[in-house]
Amino acid sequence: MPENLLPTGHRRIEQMRMQGIVKKFPGVLAVDHVDFDVKAGEIHALLGENGAGKSTLMKILYGLYHPEEGHIYLNDQSVVIRSPNHAIQHGIGMIHQHFMLVPSLTVAENVALGMKSSRGLILDLEVVSNRIRELSEIYGLQVNPNSPIWQLAVGEQQRVEILRALYRGAALLILDEPTAVLTPQEVDDLFRILNQMTADGHALIFISHKLHEVLAISHRITVLRDGKRVYSIPAESATKEILAQMMVGRPVVLRYDLPPIEPGPALLRLEGVSATSDRGDEGLKNISLNVHAGEIVGVAGVSGNGQRELAQVIAGMRPTTAGKIWLDNDNVTNHSPAAMNQHGLSHIPEARMTDGVIKNFTVAENFVLQNHGRKPYAWGGLFMNFRSITRQCKTAIKDYEIKTPSHETPIKSLSGGNIQKLVLARELSRQPRVLIAAQPTRGVDIGASEYIHHRLLEERSKGTAILLISEDLDEILALSDRIVVMYEGTIVGEVKRDAADVRTLGLMMAGSKVTV
Amino acid sequence: MITDILKASVAASAIRLATPYIFASLGETFGQRSGVLNLGVDGIMLLGAFAAYYAVFETGNLLLGVLAALIVGMLLGLAMAFISVTLQAEQGISGIGLYLFGLGLSELLFQKTVVTPTPIDGFPRVNLPILTDLPVLGEIFFHHNLLVYIAFALVPISAFVLNRTTFGLQIRAVGQNPEAADAMGISVARVRYMTVTIGGGFAGLAGASLSIALLNIFQSNLTAGQGFIAVALVYFGAWRPYWVMGGALLFSTVNALQLQVKTIENALGINVPSEFAVMAPYVVTIITLIFASKRVEQPTALTKPFERGES
Repeated sequence: MPENLLPTGHRRIEQMRMQGIVKKFPGVLAVDHVDFDVKAGEIHALLGENGAGKSTLMKILYGLYHPEEGHIYLNDQSVVIRSPNHAIQHGIGMIHQHFMLVPSLTVAENVALGMKSSRGLILDLEVVSNRIRELSEIYGLQVNPNSPIWQLAVGEQQRVEILRALYRGAALLILDEPTAVLTPQEVDDLFRILNQMTADGHALIFISHKLHEVLAISHRITVLRDGKRVYSIPAESATKEILAQMMVGRPVVLRYDLPPIEPGPALLRLEGVSATSDRGDEGLKNISLNVHAGEIVGVAGVSGNGQRELAQVIAGMRPTTAGKIWLDNDNVTNHSPAAMNQHGLSHIPEARMTDGVIKNFTVAENFVLQNHGRKPYAWGGLFMNFRSITRQCKTAIKDYEIKTPSHETPIKSLSGGNIQKLVLARELSRQPRVLIAAQPTRGVDIGASEYIHHRLLEERSKGTAILLISEDLDEILALSDRIVVMYEGTIVGEVKRDAADVRTLGLMMAGSKVTV
Repeated sequence: MITDILKASVAASAIRLATPYIFASLGETFGQRSGVLNLGVDGIMLLGAFAAYYAVFETGNLLLGVLAALIVGMLLGLAMAFISVTLQAEQGISGIGLYLFGLGLSELLFQKTVVTPTPIDGFPRVNLPILTDLPVLGEIFFHHNLLVYIAFALVPISAFVLNRTTFGLQIRAVGQNPEAADAMGISVARVRYMTVTIGGGFAGLAGASLSIALLNIFQSNLTAGQGFIAVALVYFGAWRPYWVMGGALLFSTVNALQLQVKTIENALGINVPSEFAVMAPYVVTIITLIFASKRVEQPTALTKPFERGES
């Protein structure tokens, strides 16, 4: 194999350099004279809070945006990247944070999408499938080319994305928050693949805000803040503390001490609850669980093992097929979400953008979504009291440090962290007795995550019973008094805070019964 | 014996009457699969019908009539694409606008040129060797005009294009997840322009099949809303060409029965109020749609304009 070729048979990109890149959006300088580069055989991490400009910079490299100023050099030749197609032709691939897959199509069809067929106008899915199997072999990325995407787990979908990029000859691969939705084991798998890719001469750009992952996988780290490059360092000389400080612009606390609390009565009780999943099988099997006042119970598990169904069943969004749910000694089994709210339940839903807010509504409208018909937001349950809504919403914006141009801004133009803070503000403003927090910091930056964690701990000391469902083990370990692990719709084990460690939990998440 | 002949003639006329529905709803399937709802099908059919009729009226050349309908249809499809893709106008509303435009303009042009509905010589029925002479089957399947055969031939062709070609894959991807298609270097706008233009062309042919093959005449509002039924048939057929054809046949069978309701009544010795017979096709549409619309996978991006960077 010639020196300058990758195992896929495509040409290497020895060096990619972006110089003095400037990108403006109406009212914002998103990227401000940024230099960035990556070489073959290295992983260069791009760190930054949401809105720091990382994604924008990478979308420029991938041809989705066009910079106002600056140049891009590939192997020291200046190039202008006009479109994603053009980027692909240059050997640049991108794994988007929200996977760019068509759920109803198969793996092979998704890979073939936008590619020339060897049979001209007619699809050559056999050829594509064979090549997929070849590449799977080289990189240990197992997927079945004939599976429809919607049937695959998140980790598998990501493998499809990576395969597709390799298939298209990517020599430089941009990975936008690739671990955000993965379990620890899946992250290990991904890192193994990434290490193999760099060993083979790929150049990788790794966008993240998870510090330990960045430190574990990358060779160099560059930090962006407010559109500017603020810090660049070889990974071996970096520490979590300095990186966090560079990202946020102030020192950040990375660990929490849970003040000891004597748990009160069980405010949330589940007795043998079962429910059907979207796919029609039994997604929840005979779940029994108590959450006491002043206690945070963490639910760990690999994505798709019933956590979503669990949250929805308690929130009244999914009917149960068996069992009983008690809120505060009232049987609320199969009550509506509104009735659950009346019983003092608040819910931070996992699908923030679809179940948590209405995208096109303003911040203020989203803030009063549940209570708009009640005092102080309405007179007589009919007429909206805009003055009161505005006042309360402004207070919430200030209290929860929500970054928004105004309370009348459509919520969709806010960053994930700020949208989540608004959901939190709304849910906590009802002074719940029981709180379900599902993936509360998924896709949320450090600053906002820290803030959300503090709020949850505050609720805990107020005596709220909190069920924390998260695929982020660090988060579970940092906040929970007790941890239960879900596997295939059942609870396979329970661990006290002091006895919990990543290894044991990882084993339980993979389905083994471990006695602690 | 009488009922056999009756069955054969009802079946044959059902197949003939299905022609405009098949053309129009296949075309609409392409557009909707890519995420564009064109409610203006009926308007395009009317102008296509007029263009075909006028060409034949002036020249007597049937192929010229078909070509005129095809071109007019594609131009209107292109206009719909411009409105819905480039200008990103609300699709339902602009489709209704296109319908009213077609309705009004076809009437105006007819009044300015032909004035009185004059019959023309349309496509004759084709006699096929051996096949046409088959008892019963020959009358049902092999004694139709050319456009009937073209319409039915387009069903497998459309299914093949949608399911087995790169273009079809692009159409399905653009309709389900335009962001993903865009990221894969597919021009969402280009795909949608093409499908909506194809859809317009098919709607034009649907019009021609009415004015120069089935009815051989033009008059104000010739289609009487068949274009809207064609849109409903796309939903009924769950965006799949064969199912769409099935819907068209079901519907045209009800139509055919309704046309022969008197004969049927006489044969069976019963009496049905005529209003009920006229109502039947529409009732059938609504009922079948209620059942069909369950368990159906609609293109998720249907009626949603695509703009890069918006999600």
